[in-house]
This record gives sequence, structure tokens and C-alpha cells, in this order.
Amino acid sequence: MPDMLLDVQGLETTFKTPDGVVHAVNGVSFGLKEGETLGVVGESGCGKTVTMHSVLRLIPAPPGKIVAGKAFFFGQDLLQMSNEEIRHVRGARISMIFQDPMTSLNPVLSIGKQLAEPLMLHLGMSKKEAENRSTELLAMVGIPNAHERLKDYPHQYSGGMRQRVMIAMALSCSPQILIADEPTTALDVTIQAQIMDLVKHLRNELGMSIIWITHDLGVVAGLAQRVMVMYGGFIIEEADVKDLYANPSHPYTIGLLGSLPRVDEKERHRLYSIEGAPPVLYNKPTACPFAPRCKWAMERCWNENPPLEPVASRHNVACWMDIKTGRPRS
Amino acid sequence: MAETQVVQTSEAKRDMRKVLLSIQNLRVWFELRRFGFGVAGYVRAVDDVSFDLHEGEAIAVVGESGCGKSSLMKTILGLYRPREGKVVFDGQVIGEMGRRGLNWYRAQVGYIQQDPYGALPPFMSLQRILDEPLLIGGLRNKKERIRRIHKVLGEVKMHPVEDFLPKFPHMLSGGQQQRTVIARAMIREPKLIVADEPVSMLDASVRVEILKLLRGLQESHDLSFIYITHDLSTVKYFSERIFVMYAGKLVEKGPIGQILRNPLHPYTFALMAATSDPDAKNADTYKEVPPGEPPSLVKPPAGCRFHPRCARAIAGLCDQQEPPEFEPEANHQVQCWLYQ
Repeated sequence: MPDMLLDVQGLETTFKTPDGVVHAVNGVSFGLKEGETLGVVGESGCGKTVTMHSVLRLIPAPPGKIVAGKAFFFGQDLLQMSNEEIRHVRGARISMIFQDPMTSLNPVLSIGKQLAEPLMLHLGMSKKEAENRSTELLAMVGIPNAHERLKDYPHQYSGGMRQRVMIAMALSCSPQILIADEPTTALDVTIQAQIMDLVKHLRNELGMSIIWITHDLGVVAGLAQRVMVMYGGFIIEEADVKDLYANPSHPYTIGLLGSLPRVDEKERHRLYSIEGAPPVLYNKPTACPFAPRCKWAMERCWNENPPLEPVASRHNVACWMDIKTGRPRS
Repeated sequence: MAETQVVQTSEAKRDMRKVLLSIQNLRVWFELRRFGFGVAGYVRAVDDVSFDLHEGEAIAVVGESGCGKSSLMKTILGLYRPREGKVVFDGQVIGEMGRRGLNWYRAQVGYIQQDPYGALPPFMSLQRILDEPLLIGGLRNKKERIRRIHKVLGEVKMHPVEDFLPKFPHMLSGGQQQRTVIARAMIREPKLIVADEPVSMLDASVRVEILKLLRGLQESHDLSFIYITHDLSTVKYFSERIFVMYAGKLVEKGPIGQILRNPLHPYTFALMAATSDPDAKNADTYKEVPPGEPPSLVKPPAGCRFHPRCARAIAGLCDQQEPPEFEPEANHQVQCWLYQ
């Protein structure tokens, strides 16, 4: 796949805990094209955050360990880089927005200082240039009186404005890839919609690629072109967003979509619920990780873990069963 | 069709039922101190709120963080004292009932917290967590207590009960923890349950089960229910009436079907527009969201509190006079000058 901006192959990450080794990511492969927005969907503990942190080498080691895999970015393997080399990628060429804007900003530094730091570090700007650029960035993400507000500290900003600052900071060095880890989960619905509109505008203006991690299928629908669904450290379904919502093919995806309450529907449609809880993987699974909660599970599901295979063009599913026909796949 | 029937039956039911909880012109203000004494101002968390809740009725209070919905709930629970107005439960005014009355009141009201892990004491087993409210309620008979614990755990579908009793909260999954919190709220057989965002901390696949469980309990025990949430999409599966709260005021009240089909207040519009839908069509469109953020409750804007963010604000009216409650449709009230 030569046209991929980021090409991750067979990524495996484990964590050593007192109870045993947790296999958080088990052989995840995906690609991100230039200008594409990829949604990564899954419940807490499914490995979506660990996958992205592994790619940026943000996993605390120990206890975490990247056991196997490659992540090519402009022909270079991010996982083989030295610490010094990866520092020049992080923040400058691949940047990240974290879930909680309050704990991600330093409370004792002014917003202006925090915005200027990456500019001076990665782009070698002088203090004056960095200040001017910071003002532009704050104005770009829609903060009024940008220049005066540079002197303010994080606690003087509201939650939505802090997340705007995080976005400004992530965009400050014009990265090729923006990784957003549930950036709207901690925000109110109207503010969430404002932030999503802002990201869409900025994406269209700046033409960057985005990886958007979320557990909310509604948010992904409004933003992404391609979606991958993760469960138990595996990618279990991957498709274009329209295709995924029209023809979900993995029982877990079907369950997730069926369990979403919606405002606009006239009737109270019956909500589908998935019994049981997501797994914690202490052993490398030999069965399908979803089998204990799956109502279509058959004997093969308990013995072999299904690989991710194409079922239609640009649509891959990891399931032994063809849900539409109700027959096992050959 | 099904929905209108539900509304009609609840409407009919409501007329026959007596009022269980009545909130009358409630104001909950918090003092802001200067140098430890001297009042510098007030946070007007709840400002002139009135409504009636009937027996067996489920209502939802919808609003964003900081709109005062949690202060309203805590006042109903008797944890905050109102500055003005009254909370009347079953004919008795809360705050004037004395120690005995308060003990009785606490048995009548169950509270389901938002964060189940934070709400359960980590050093107590499930058996002790559920035993404690019964002991405080003065139930000395141990056999009877154990019977009640088994019954309530069965009701929240924690099977087999024996396996769960010796467990500590950290051994449970998020969904099981929330079930335990629900069991604790139910164990003294209350008439009213107050649930503060009971599913917002849970994973999507578990959320629906908890909502179904709560609805089932509400119907089988004929409970009155106050469901507090910021998520309009879950409300429909739950309640008969919605109250939309903004900056300390109930800006719109009405039956669920009417509000979802025909929202009147511009803020309700905005909330509905902002709720994300799992529809791939939205990828290329922008949403019409009001700019800005909810106002500070220390100095709320003059006039209508939504007017600085409102696209339909009438200059000279909305920014000066506070809108009273209008009733453009039967049973559907709105505080907005557009409907005068």
C-alpha cells in the first residue's frame, strides 16, 4: 500500500499486571490515506487508545510493551525510531488531542506559554514570532480577544474553550496527522457539536488526515469517511462509513448500532442490548473474543479466532458467520 | 401511533393520580463569600422552578452541565436548603419535618448516582452495602434483612445472588456496579427514585440494559421517577414528560411526544440539533448550533437567559424582560417571548 500516509502492520501491545499479562492490542493492521478521516470505535478497554498510543510510543514501559508490529510513516518505522527521532514526529508531524482538556493542560503555565512551546521547539520560532502565531491559532479556533487571552491560565477558560486550546496546540505545527482521543466526550452536547463543526472546517481548510477515537457511533457518522470497530484488542470490522451503517456485518457492530437511542425516530423502536460485559484478555485468545456475548456463536467460534477478511469491496469483517444469510462463511 | 397512545394513557393516568411531589417556586442560591465573610453575590443555581410529579409518573430533566439540574435534585433529596419556595412530598414540607420525619422521607426516596464506582464504598462487600440502609431504617431481624437483599438483587438481575454477596465493588463490571447502586436505592422500597445521569458513565452496549432495567422497575413497582440527563436521545425510552432546564430555569415543559415532535423553545431546538445521530449523511453537513456557552449563574443575562445565544431573539424585549410561562399547546409550557 504505497499511498498510505500511515501504515500500521500487526501491532501487538501487552501490559504486565500483578494478575498476569494483559493483551491489550492483538495484531492490529490499518492504513490511513492522505486527507482521510478514520474513526476508531469501541468500548472502554477495547484497545483503541492503546493502539494509537503505541503508534506514537506513548505507552509507559514498563508495564507496557510493544511486542510486535510496524508503523510506517513516510517510509520510516515509528516503532524502531530512537527517542530523539520520535520527539520530532510527535507534536510536529503527528499530533494528538486528549480526552480531558483540564488534565492535559499545565495549570501553572499561561495558555500563551503552552501554545508557544511547541512552536519554538519544533519550528524554531523566536519568542515574538511564536506569540504572534499563537494569537492567530487561538483566533482560528474561535476564541474571542485572542491576544489578551494568551495571558490567561487554564482555569480561566471553560471546558469547551480548553478543548479549543488543545486543538489549537495540536494544529500549531501543521501536522500531517491529527489523532483525537475522545475529544468531545467530556463536553456538553451543544459544545460537542461546536467542536465537531470546528474540526470539520479546519480539516477542509488544512487538508490533514484525522484519526478520531470514540465510543460514540453518532459522532463518527458525522465526521469520518472510514471506520474501524475494535473489540478485545482486535479490529473486528472495517468499512467506509456509509457502508458500515447500511450493512453492519459483525454481530458486535450490529448490536452497537441497534443499541443506540435516537431522537429523530417517530416510533419507539425496540432497543437491542448486548448481554454481558467486554472481556479482559489475560491470555492471547484462541477463540473469537466476542463469542461469549454473541447469539450467533457456533462451535467454530470457540475454537478459532476469525481473521479479518473482505466481504465486499473495502469492507472487512472478522466473523465466521455470514449474518445476512445465517450461514457460516467457508 | 404507539407513542401517542403512551402519552394519552399517561395523561389519563396523571389526572387520576394524586400529586406525590410538588415543587413550588423553588430558588436555590449559593452565597459567594468575600474574605470568608460578607456576601459578594449569589450563584443562582435554581431560580423560580415549579412543577408537580404524580404517583407512578416518570419525568426527565434535561440540560447541560452547570444549568442547575443537580442542585435541583439535591434540594429534592433534602441535601440543600432552598432559599425560597418549598418542596412538598406527600403533603409534608421537606426541611420542616424534623429528625423522625427526615428518616421517614429518606426511606421514601431512592437516589441513583452517576458514577457507580465512586458511589459504592470500596471497603464494603455487597452484602454490607445493602444491609446498611436496612439497619439504619431500624430493621433488626437479620433473616428478614437477608430476604430483602436477595429479593432486591434478584430484581436488578444479579444472578446468582449468592455469588455476588461477598464481592467488593472493584470485582464488579461497570454495569454490575450500577445495578448494585440501583439495588441500594430500591432496598427500602421507596415511592420516588431520583436518578442523576444513571447511564452516562457506562459503555454503549451496557447502557441500554440499565435503561430497560430502570424502566421495568419503574413500571412493576409503580414508582415515581425523576431522570436527570444531558442526553435527549435516551429520554424517549424512559419518561412521560420532559423539563428542559437552562441557566437555573425550566424553559420548556411538556409531554415527551410533543416536545420531540414540536420543540418550541430555541434552546430545545439547539439541543436536539446538537445530539449526534448515527447517520452517515451527517459527515458532509454542518450543524446549526448556537454560538457561545451557557451563562454564569452569578450574573445571568438580563431578560431571557438564552437571548445572547439565540438567533431569534427580539431586540428590546428578550434582552430586557424575563419571559413568563406561555402555553401555546395544551400541557406544553414554554418560557419564550416568541409565543406571547
